[in-house]
Amino acid sequence: MEINLKDLLKKYKSHPYEDHEIRTPHTGVVHINVEDGQEVSGPTGRWKHRPGTLLYVLEREGNPKRITSRYTGFVAKLRKDLDGSFVQAGEPVMLIRHRLNKEEIIDRILREVLYIFPAPQRARYFFTPEVSAAMEKDKKKALNLKEGDEILIMSLMKRDTLLSYEGPAGVLYKVYFNHGDLKEQGAPLLGICSPERLPFVEKMIQRIRTEWDD
Amino acid sequence: MEQNRLLDSGKYMTELAQRINYLADIKGGLEWGSLRELSERVQNLRSKLFDLKEDELFVELDQIERRLDYLEDRVAQDLSSIEIVNIVRSPQRFTLQDILENCYDSYTELGGEGECNIDPAVVVARATITRRVKNRLYYHQVMVIGHEKGYGEEFRNGGCAKPWGNEKALRYMKVAEIEGIPIHSYIFTPGAYPIEDYPGAAQQIARNLFRMSRLKVPIVAFISEGGSGGAEAIGLADIRLMASRGYYSVISPEGAAAIEGRIKEGGKVPKELVEHCAAQLKMTAEDNLKLKTIDRIIEEPPLGARRGDYQFFRRLRYEMVRATDEVVLQTKSFRTFRSYALKRQSQEKTEGFSDEFDIHIKWSLTDSEKKRLLELRSKKYRSMGKGYKELRQSLGSRLSEAVETVKQNYYDIRYGLLRQRSRQVQKLIEEVSSEGSVFLKTVTEPVRVAYDFVFPKPKSENGLSQQDILRRSIFMQDWEQYISPLANEDKTVSCPNAEKYGCKDLWVPDLYGEFCGVCPTCGHHFPLEYQWYLQNLFDPGSVREFNKHIVSANPLKFQGFDEKLKKAIERTGRRSGIITFDASVFDIKIVVAMLYSDFRSGTVGSAEGEKFIRACDRARATRRPFLAYIHTTGGIRIHEGTLGVIQMPRCTLVVREYIDSGGLYIVVYDNNSYAGPVASFLGCSPYQVGIRSSRIGFAGPRVIRETTGADVPPDYHSAKNALKRGHIQGIWDRREFRKNLFEALMTMGGPHLYYK
Repeated sequence: MEINLKDLLKKYKSHPYEDHEIRTPHTGVVHINVEDGQEVSGPTGRWKHRPGTLLYVLEREGNPKRITSRYTGFVAKLRKDLDGSFVQAGEPVMLIRHRLNKEEIIDRILREVLYIFPAPQRARYFFTPEVSAAMEKDKKKALNLKEGDEILIMSLMKRDTLLSYEGPAGVLYKVYFNHGDLKEQGAPLLGICSPERLPFVEKMIQRIRTEWDD
Repeated sequence: MEQNRLLDSGKYMTELAQRINYLADIKGGLEWGSLRELSERVQNLRSKLFDLKEDELFVELDQIERRLDYLEDRVAQDLSSIEIVNIVRSPQRFTLQDILENCYDSYTELGGEGECNIDPAVVVARATITRRVKNRLYYHQVMVIGHEKGYGEEFRNGGCAKPWGNEKALRYMKVAEIEGIPIHSYIFTPGAYPIEDYPGAAQQIARNLFRMSRLKVPIVAFISEGGSGGAEAIGLADIRLMASRGYYSVISPEGAAAIEGRIKEGGKVPKELVEHCAAQLKMTAEDNLKLKTIDRIIEEPPLGARRGDYQFFRRLRYEMVRATDEVVLQTKSFRTFRSYALKRQSQEKTEGFSDEFDIHIKWSLTDSEKKRLLELRSKKYRSMGKGYKELRQSLGSRLSEAVETVKQNYYDIRYGLLRQRSRQVQKLIEEVSSEGSVFLKTVTEPVRVAYDFVFPKPKSENGLSQQDILRRSIFMQDWEQYISPLANEDKTVSCPNAEKYGCKDLWVPDLYGEFCGVCPTCGHHFPLEYQWYLQNLFDPGSVREFNKHIVSANPLKFQGFDEKLKKAIERTGRRSGIITFDASVFDIKIVVAMLYSDFRSGTVGSAEGEKFIRACDRARATRRPFLAYIHTTGGIRIHEGTLGVIQMPRCTLVVREYIDSGGLYIVVYDNNSYAGPVASFLGCSPYQVGIRSSRIGFAGPRVIRETTGADVPPDYHSAKNALKRGHIQGIWDRREFRKNLFEALMTMGGPHLYYK
């Protein structure tokens, strides 16, 4: 499927937000605790163990449930009219609008336009010595990949397995790991771009980096 | 010559500056007296050293010294508890390194050196100490184990031993036992480093105590800074000496103040409250001597010994030798010699000390002496820490006590005298039978029949043998017999794991009734009151409580604690944080000690310790398995000071004796189990199990954050993590507690549920 890069950029320019709709998990009486436009934060702490801002309390059968924000952003489309009233399950109460920054937008666009090669299992990943040497030799030169190319070494418990590239032929545009990183299964490892789309992508990223205000 | 005088004045000034700093350390700053002025005067003299005439300089220095002498006298006359704590914490105070250098003739550090060490906070050294007898020198080999605070060396962690540091100490205690040399342990710790990584702070201290309770060599401990559990890890000694300006306490004054003042994490603790708590905790040497948690005080200079106090080190060496002699002499069977030698030594004590000893005493022990050493150690610790109250018992209680005494005598005869003979006869029959043939069987059979007649095989009360019980279904459980009062509320609650596992809200009558407080989706256990276990875990009507007349008191007269105690009694209708009782599980008779949360958060004080010991002894006398079910324990009760701390070695020693005699000791943790009890008589059990959703550890997250500066994940103390670290051996579901306990008793208990 062809992706229109201009439309994509336009979409993010017109609405540089990620919206999270907050709906009631079950029936109950809502007691709203925030105001429209108020900044809220998601869970904090090293283990995300401190809950985010209290959004509302949903009380059912004498059980007041504190609903806290899972996202950082600000409150929008708050249904203040629901405050103090009984609601059904799945009722939208508000939106948490998270403003995307430059890097988040680039990351999202890349994930849409690139082919992502994921980690087949939880292991440490390295480039093969040949690929590594080629990348070292000329850092600016794009690395072309086609199906069957041996590109990565997957290493776990002293077992090294060669990984062949599987996916559409293209140029290696983004590497999502550092040499020897431990990656979980399914985590993105490589982002491959088709050669014809590459100049557009590069130009667009450049434009975002220079023009976008955080 | 001129230069020498100047050099002298430089030294003189440095010395004065140190003395001023030391006083400032004790009084908590330069603001006391005229310390700031004196400090400025010394600074001033330093900067003008070459401008002043020599005579003027020395006159000024002499004046400062006289003022300092006066101030030091004033401070020494009336030292408060917190000032003693400050003395101990002063960077100028002597450390273990100074003791090794000055009290011992030679030493070799074992298990690491300096920073290259498994734990630099714990120093172990094989050392030689000398004794002079009529101008002749005798050498003794000893194992020195202690905490090293170091002089500004960050890697020493201020003498806070990590679990592997305590493990190192234990390893070399075993070496000392193999080599038959005494152990001198030096306690300089504000507390153990509270981390759970294997072997675990609490579990390792428990292992140390368990081992030390039966270590067959004399142990002499010297306490300078005795911070609770960390101190006990190497402190279970035959003689406990204490520095006159040291402290030995259940908790730091700051920690006690934070608890007493309910100060939030990160909040500032008022200085006055810290001082008040320091005084209330009775942590000084005099206090501890009165409480009989130590044996003797070693006099220091009035303001405490510092690195250069060589006279003090001479005294310490003499006292360590004398104490070791005393331990050794008490084990001697030759009473006349023993009393003569001890008498000589007490004369030496009263007449002041010198380096000279009248006699030479060898520190090696024979087998019978080792046995006596252990007996004396047991006696010593059993008689310590008795800060509880015994209520007058009703006639009925006294009658039942008399019945118990008769029963105990019966058990003594049955398991003591007859059992020994029975075992011997049985062994003989087995040997003869196995080696003999059918021919011999004709000879042994009549003997076996006669034996079975004299010593019939045990049968349970209802006439079922153990095999019958095993075959009987253990799933026949009537959970409906007791419903928690928590179920009487018409509302719903959310499971704390709802977000993670999508657990539905739970209707309270269902949750606390049919579901036994367990979330049916994720298995999270909601806390239940201890009565639920009393009713549902044991056979109906089998619970018979004993030693109810031993009750908690306020032995230190801790201000405000009487009211707290009164409230706890009113709320619970009980008078201590432990319930001890006989019970049975599927007809297996067991003795149980249960620490529960309602009474002062299940903290352990003298009454709890004493009741635990008596329960353990009862299990030993009746040859029954002993279950410690920990509904909750918050640690050692701080309001009882070191009388609480001493319960750690006391109870562990009794548990060790029980296990050595063949007893099966099972510990089950529920809800929250922290600190001292886990680090002693609970953590030493070979069979420890956690109920799901329980938390087990040494120090809570707040204490860890405050002492180590590192945050811990929210599930740091979870039973699952405790299992991963190897601290416990399994996790049980509450609904299967009874069944699992029965299986554990049957599988771990062996055929007789009692090994020897």
